[in-house]
Amino acid sequence: MRVLRNLLILAFVGFGAAAAFAHEYKAGDLEIVHPWARATLKGSDVADGFMKIINHGSTPDRLLAVSVEFAKASQIHTMKMDGDVMKMQELTDGLEIPAGATVELKPKSLHIMFMGVNQELVPDTIVNGELTFEKAGKVKIEFMIEPAGTSHSMDNM
Amino acid sequence: MSRRVVSILIVVAAVSAAALGYLYLTQGGTGPAAVPIGGPLHLTDQDGKPFDSASLDGKPYAVFFGFTHCPDACPTTLSEIARTEDEIGAPAKDLTTLFVTVDPERDTPAVLKEYISNFGGNTVALSGTPEQIAAAAKAYRVFYKKVPTSDGGYTMDHTAVLYLMGRKGEFRDVIAYSEDHERFVEKIKKLLAE
Repeated sequence: MRVLRNLLILAFVGFGAAAAFAHEYKAGDLEIVHPWARATLKGSDVADGFMKIINHGSTPDRLLAVSVEFAKASQIHTMKMDGDVMKMQELTDGLEIPAGATVELKPKSLHIMFMGVNQELVPDTIVNGELTFEKAGKVKIEFMIEPAGTSHSMDNM
Repeated sequence: MSRRVVSILIVVAAVSAAALGYLYLTQGGTGPAAVPIGGPLHLTDQDGKPFDSASLDGKPYAVFFGFTHCPDACPTTLSEIARTEDEIGAPAKDLTTLFVTVDPERDTPAVLKEYISNFGGNTVALSGTPEQIAAAAKAYRVFYKKVPTSDGGYTMDHTAVLYLMGRKGEFRDVIAYSEDHERFVEKIKKLLAE
């Protein structure tokens, strides 16, 4: 029993530690939850980034741009499967965050595509970025870097 | 409409349905297809040496078409293969994975060599002239297309399917991008046992 109790305590401590890594930002009516990006791979100069954006307000907003120092360009891309074909499309007009809605950028779906990445993104480190919204304006954020194979967000933990 | 015309139409509809059903049963499903998928591959490997798929005679192999500027499907699939090989252990030594680029413009043998070193697994990365890549993609019914991006660069739409080929180079099965790890391992094990 004692072993079981200790295991439970360990599990709780572990969970607490993981939860502590989730981070969030507020800008006007918007809440930006846990921006993260996948580590770069040797031989490739692209990476992708994700986050959850919640609009608590009663009017829509729009994510217009993402800028980071570690890449030549940051674009908002959709990704979908058309049968067995993986298709990506850049959203050149930005991404709408409807009133009262939560928009999640996640693997195999909406994502920020970093092109021309000029520094190695190492797991368990943090890189700076800035989001520009139509109404909420500019928001400085940090992306947590997770291993390249990571396909989950914090919600799945 | 006379009764006779209606009767003829019913017969025509029934015959068409039966024909379609027959075609579906003989050509559908995930088993060996009536129209062969695959064929000999003559490309260039990551060391810049000519590659001929005949060199794999007697051993099964998996084929995936992708590119190194691929954010998701390619690294996920290559990681999944390496993980599966680790899990299966010794019998997996028979399996070779061919990673064929659909972006030969950027994916030179040197770039591909560095890229596949991220994943482990017994993988050969293949490039070639645009014509050679087009021929390989056609043989596997693979679709790929450049999609321009606002920075003046491009990304690629492409079929994200892993093709499983038998010991005589014949098509056996596919693993779709949506399939989970258990199914992945199961299909690779089955391929190795055949």
